[in-house]
Amino acid sequence: MAESEKKTYNLQYHEIILLKKLSEMKTSTVIALDKILGIDQAAVVRAAMTLAHLGLLKIDESDKMVVALTRDGKIVIDKGLPEKQLISYVIKDKNVLYSKIDIKDKNIALGWAKKEGLVELEKAGDDMVVKVTGKGQDFYKVKSDIELALLNIVNNKPVDKNMIEILKKRRLITAEFRTVRTLSMTPNGEKIAKSVKLVKEVSKVTPELLKDEKWKDVQFRKYNVVAPVSSVYPGKKHFVSQSLEYVRRIWLEMGFKEMEGNLIATSFWNFDALFVPQNHPAREMQDTFYVDVKDGKLPDKKIVADVKKVHETGDKESCGWEYDWKESDAKTVVLRTHTTVLSAQTIANIKESDLPVKYFAIGKCFRNESLDWKHLFEFYQMEGIVVDKNANFKQLLGYLKQFYKKMGYTAVRIRPAYFPYTEMSCEVEVFHPLKKEWVELGGAGIFRPEVVKPLLGIDVPVLAWGQGLERILSEYYKITDIRDLYKNDVSKLRSTKLWMW
Amino acid sequence: MPTVNLNKKKVLEYIGKNISDEVLSEKIPMIGTDLEEITADEIAVEIFPNRPDMLSEEGFARALKGFLGLEKGLRKYDVNKSDYTATIDSSVSNIREFAVATVIKGLDIDSDFIIRLMQVQEKLHTTHSRNRKSAAIGVHDFDTVSFPIRYTTKGKDFKFIPLEGKSEMTIEEILTVHPKGKAYAHLVDKDLYPVWIDAKDKVVSFPPIINGVHTTVTENTKNILLDITGTDDKVVLQALNIMVSMLSDAGGKIYEVDVSGKKYPCMVPKLMGLDINYANRLLGIELDVESAIDYLLMMGFGVKKVSGSAVEVSVPSFRTDILHPIDLVEDIAIAYGYENFESEMSDATTVGAELSKAVFLRKVSELLVGLSYLECKSFHMTNAKTLFERMNHEVSKDLVRTTNAVNIEYDALRYRLLSGLMKILSENTHNEYPQNLFEAGTVISKDDSSETNVLESTNIAMVSAGLTSDFSSMKAVIETFALNLEVAIGFEEYEDPSFISGRCAKLVLSGLQIGIVGEIHPKVLVNWGLDVPVAAAEIELSKVMDAVFK
Repeated sequence: MAESEKKTYNLQYHEIILLKKLSEMKTSTVIALDKILGIDQAAVVRAAMTLAHLGLLKIDESDKMVVALTRDGKIVIDKGLPEKQLISYVIKDKNVLYSKIDIKDKNIALGWAKKEGLVELEKAGDDMVVKVTGKGQDFYKVKSDIELALLNIVNNKPVDKNMIEILKKRRLITAEFRTVRTLSMTPNGEKIAKSVKLVKEVSKVTPELLKDEKWKDVQFRKYNVVAPVSSVYPGKKHFVSQSLEYVRRIWLEMGFKEMEGNLIATSFWNFDALFVPQNHPAREMQDTFYVDVKDGKLPDKKIVADVKKVHETGDKESCGWEYDWKESDAKTVVLRTHTTVLSAQTIANIKESDLPVKYFAIGKCFRNESLDWKHLFEFYQMEGIVVDKNANFKQLLGYLKQFYKKMGYTAVRIRPAYFPYTEMSCEVEVFHPLKKEWVELGGAGIFRPEVVKPLLGIDVPVLAWGQGLERILSEYYKITDIRDLYKNDVSKLRSTKLWMW
Repeated sequence: MPTVNLNKKKVLEYIGKNISDEVLSEKIPMIGTDLEEITADEIAVEIFPNRPDMLSEEGFARALKGFLGLEKGLRKYDVNKSDYTATIDSSVSNIREFAVATVIKGLDIDSDFIIRLMQVQEKLHTTHSRNRKSAAIGVHDFDTVSFPIRYTTKGKDFKFIPLEGKSEMTIEEILTVHPKGKAYAHLVDKDLYPVWIDAKDKVVSFPPIINGVHTTVTENTKNILLDITGTDDKVVLQALNIMVSMLSDAGGKIYEVDVSGKKYPCMVPKLMGLDINYANRLLGIELDVESAIDYLLMMGFGVKKVSGSAVEVSVPSFRTDILHPIDLVEDIAIAYGYENFESEMSDATTVGAELSKAVFLRKVSELLVGLSYLECKSFHMTNAKTLFERMNHEVSKDLVRTTNAVNIEYDALRYRLLSGLMKILSENTHNEYPQNLFEAGTVISKDDSSETNVLESTNIAMVSAGLTSDFSSMKAVIETFALNLEVAIGFEEYEDPSFISGRCAKLVLSGLQIGIVGEIHPKVLVNWGLDVPVAAAEIELSKVMDAVFK
């Protein structure tokens, strides 16, 4: 029977001890209970609220004046009122000059003493001497009303209302109304208090408890499962890395091999091998970063000779750019302005018998621009080439559509564009389904025969693209200032949504 | 690439048909120019550098008219005979050796035309002519010039009144005082200066700087003399043909000028053979010869059938971009319409493969992530202060810097990764500790033995910042790292100014130093504005990878 009632109420340890104790005391304030029960004030309140909610006890709230001594009040208990301290000082040293008296709040003491007629002042040169009056002598001998009232407060005895006002004015006490909760038992509470069994409550599962089935005799303290907890932080890949890994996977799945190469290249690979003429504006200082090292080395003599020839005079089919190609310009060392460098280097390393081949690379490129919300001086480019005798322009569109479909963009379109190393050249755009607008993502095309022949030895169509990634990554992560991609704000790194593909 | 604001009314007038803004905004991007905006009066469009012939209203309208199918084939430019002659003095040979001239007559010139002419001239100068270096165009009122004219040289004391000048100035004064002189003085940095002078010894122009004042084109001008000089004969001739075709399209008649025995302009088209099958193969479409020819005609070429799929194409003399038959294929594709190409999946079977380096980097990063480290990604570009000074190090002689960075805060390439992580910690003092961060990536230093004289290798750095971060916690990370990669990394006492003396070790693999670990020196912490201890390590991953894949 009792067991079932306990189960009905499912009382916790704190609630049981409170109920049992209150049953003995019949009534108590909450404030009085923490020491008695040996648990903290908040725990008493929580237990009382639960019990009141279950109708096992009643909580009466009333406003009560709570009086407490201030720091000055406590000093008065120890040393007497300031005016008493002053008189005591003067009685011990009758002719002391006022300026030499060394007690705390000397001026306040003098003020009160004069007001009450306890002392008189006599001039002594520039200074004064304090003389105690008869009234002052009497005052010194006995405890004053104020001092007695303070003692009463300390001893929880009643104090007259007027006196409270006086003490407040002298800042010896604080007095304010507070809500006092008084607990008392209900009849049902009494019944339960008698029947309920006290089970030991524990907070943690310990090896000790797990031994010999001891856990069966205890109750686990109930937690507030909705209360806030302190945070934990994950180790995590940078969100840009997460998305780049996905981009890599797309190309790997489509049968592309990864290309290797450096961030820094000679102009030969960055420009000349790609049929960019030596006076092309892109090679000028405002676009390309040059580095403070000696001129670099050129590759295989045959490749250099063939590249020189195709720039200067072309070949059977091309008239070339018709100018004097300078080896010295090709030797300058630059930060690569596009990952297309890697495509050129890769094509120079394959043979006709390797075909068809597909390669991709994801890497940083550099442009000498200032940094703002829309521009980065270094950014990722995703490069791809397909070297295949049967490759055509429609397949180029096919590869790009397939890629962007996997990135969540179903509509892809191309527009004519111009790059010195591709023909056809096109600008690739995807349709942003939410913004309902076309977004430019980079260039693509078929490498010119003037690029392919000197590097590969034969003219084979090479589908090629170099697409920017930061724009679509910013879209995914809802970043409006492109610099935020590389800001490394620790709280952002910890909390940015995972790349979900 | 230049953006030009074309007069819409003029363009439509030259096309000879009113075309709605809607059609214009649909068609203009598909012809190979980047449309920016169409307003009531203007078409703002970016002209790619391969089509300088489209920089003028006349040239733009010519291309668009064909693309819209309103005109087909090669436009004819008749050159009238004349007895105008010019001579080139041998003294210009090492100075600005190429010079040509042509006369255009019967133009109806108003102030608007003069402004447009100046705009085309300016855009041709900055792009096609590489800021007047390769070619410079002079436009003159023909009726103020007395033939024959001479292209010769003069010394720095030679005097004339330049355009925008009030009185006679010497060449030296022009180059130091006149705004155009100051802007282009670097192009004529010699003892002798090129000058066009007419039969009455009046200065026509001082190329590539400024014209003489008396040949200024005004609203009363009817006939124009063009002079073009430069250092690149091909660019000079292209500029001439672009200007002549524009002025001819504007209603002028072309008159040749004999320049030292050669007659200019030469508007004869270049002939180029094309096999339509080549175009079909590359484009993945199956055009019959007739439709391919039609597309070429739309793009302003002349076409003659040769045999089977072979055709002979006449390329207008102002088309500077046609170097190879592939360029004709692109024009066929443009006329066919890029929007009309269906995508196609290739059936070429190949096997994908990642670089082993990429796999290795991913595995190492995953290990660090498992140890609750956050990956950071910072720029390769940084500065010496971040890399060395704040780290209490001398600047290394192997630091690679850029010579021309716009942004001086990023004028060097990262030499190590650790300083980058310290910078990140310094920018995150408001975020909760402990902060455990790592970055893996390329570091760069000078190395004469490589192709670029630069060595690029891969490092990984980690920092642990927080009240409990210390040497042993970071050493434990390195030990886990070594254990999981099965490499025997040893620790040896080491001193480094970035670290507290006695709390720093070098990491050794097969007798080689491959990294460093320790507690960051208080001076460095203060330099970075940090008020918690930081334990840090940096490992040369390239060397570890060599050991792993050995």
